[in-house]
Amino acid sequence: MDLKNNFLKKTGFNWGLPLVIFLLIAFLPLYGSSYNVTLFIYFLLYMTLAVAWTIFSGATGYISLATAAFYGLGIYAAALFGESMPFIFVIFIGGAASFVLAFLVGALTLRLKGIFFAMFTFGLVLLMKEVLYWWELTIESVRGYFVVSYSNNAIFYYLLGLLLVTIIVAYAMSKSKYGLALKSIGENEEAADHIGVNVTLVKITTFAISATFMGAAGVIMASKLTYIDPVIAFNPMMSFSPALMATFGGMGNLYGPVIGAVIFTYLQEILTTGTLKSYYMLIFGSILVVTIMYLPRGILGLFQQLWNRFRRVKSAPTSRG
Amino acid sequence: MHLLQGDKVTVNFGGLVAVSEVDFYTDTGEILGLIGPNGAGKTTLFNLISAAIKPRSGSITFKGKNITGMKPYQVCRMGMSRTFQTVKVFGNMSVLDNVRLASLFGNPQKPSESEATREASELLEFIGLSKDAYLSASELTLANQKRLEMARALAAKPELLLLDELMAGLNQTEVSDAMEDIRQVRDRGVTIIMIEHVMKAIMSICDRIIVLNYGKKIAEGTPEEIVKSKTVIEVYLGE
Repeated sequence: MDLKNNFLKKTGFNWGLPLVIFLLIAFLPLYGSSYNVTLFIYFLLYMTLAVAWTIFSGATGYISLATAAFYGLGIYAAALFGESMPFIFVIFIGGAASFVLAFLVGALTLRLKGIFFAMFTFGLVLLMKEVLYWWELTIESVRGYFVVSYSNNAIFYYLLGLLLVTIIVAYAMSKSKYGLALKSIGENEEAADHIGVNVTLVKITTFAISATFMGAAGVIMASKLTYIDPVIAFNPMMSFSPALMATFGGMGNLYGPVIGAVIFTYLQEILTTGTLKSYYMLIFGSILVVTIMYLPRGILGLFQQLWNRFRRVKSAPTSRG
Repeated sequence: MHLLQGDKVTVNFGGLVAVSEVDFYTDTGEILGLIGPNGAGKTTLFNLISAAIKPRSGSITFKGKNITGMKPYQVCRMGMSRTFQTVKVFGNMSVLDNVRLASLFGNPQKPSESEATREASELLEFIGLSKDAYLSASELTLANQKRLEMARALAAKPELLLLDELMAGLNQTEVSDAMEDIRQVRDRGVTIIMIEHVMKAIMSICDRIIVLNYGKKIAEGTPEEIVKSKTVIEVYLGE
């Protein structure tokens, strides 16, 4: 009995369910409506961004609001190289460019702590938007670019592939010794430094890896936009949304950001298309405040807590007071 | 050549000279005590030795190499590790992971994951925390968190171990246990510098003692010499 339970726990529960869900999603374009494919494009996009954000910010506790900067850089990579190269190369270029930018920015800013780091990373988004805007207007005398379009199904599968890679990398990192080092940095940076962790290098590299996936996601989504300019590419909401989704879902494991992304993407879809259009930002903000104040470990942490309490009551009603 | 040597080490925070032209050394195998009133600069000196802060002037050499300007993680990988005055364990990580991490990153021999796990388990056994290996570090008592910090520091395979008030806040039994631990660590070939206010402990286990006051070294010698020193009695020990 115990053996069977363990077996279920080890194989069925941990891998079976995600696999079934993954297969259901993977074949969606074959049986779903085109509306559903479009909706799932956004599910996949935000899951990727939320998981990528968690790779760095979840473990270290450094709140990065630079997501939109890397995402926007990916969009611009698509606009500049999309016509001359195969799409998959462009995705790599967008990812690599974001990696390099994040590495440089990280080297400059990761000595900042708390709110200062968050502010600087958000400043990066605005800086890139303004600089590109100025560049296009005064140097190139153009406004925006056209981007090569791809079908929704193609975008869907590229995103699905990217999400898969992002999750695998995030999972492998969290299980490796570098995952352990990242966690120790989040707990106590000084102590981590004194027991041999090259704190700066670990932080910067992880920040850059996390940015790579954001850049790649930008490349893929650009082909849905056809026309882009700095205002479209560097949308501040792309910084806030993934951070909120991951925080709301909980960052203890990778289910958290995935669940958070699904809930908020769906919420966004209902609220911005229905009659409640103008309330979206209000609800979005309220949930953010409540999450930060009352759910430090996210919705998943809340469920875990309730589940533990339930199990404890069930299995040992008298042993604990 | 001394294992660790400091020459005219000085550092100031704004106008306050926290450590002023202090010379010190320690030799392999000894236990060196560092005592003095609160604010004398003891922890600052530890921060200088472990490269957490840079001296304004003077130099510190460890194993014959100048370590001024190095980073803490580099000094750690050279074979020096420390504990903290206020415990800094990784509270949400397991006790085992706390120690494993130090073995993986601090030990210059770069052990594999399985070697690190084995070494961490051995250290927990040695320090008496085996049964708590899978608890979160924050669930331990203060005394055990201090033990954990020592195990974590030892996992980096140090030649020199800095213990910052390991016994502060511990009761009589725990102090005796900690003294026993320190002796055993020394018997493993680790040189120790310890900051301590518990005089009984300092006097019975240290081979040599340095006394700091207002950032200056005011006395240095064996425990017998220190308890007899007029200056030390005046500023610190009392009549």
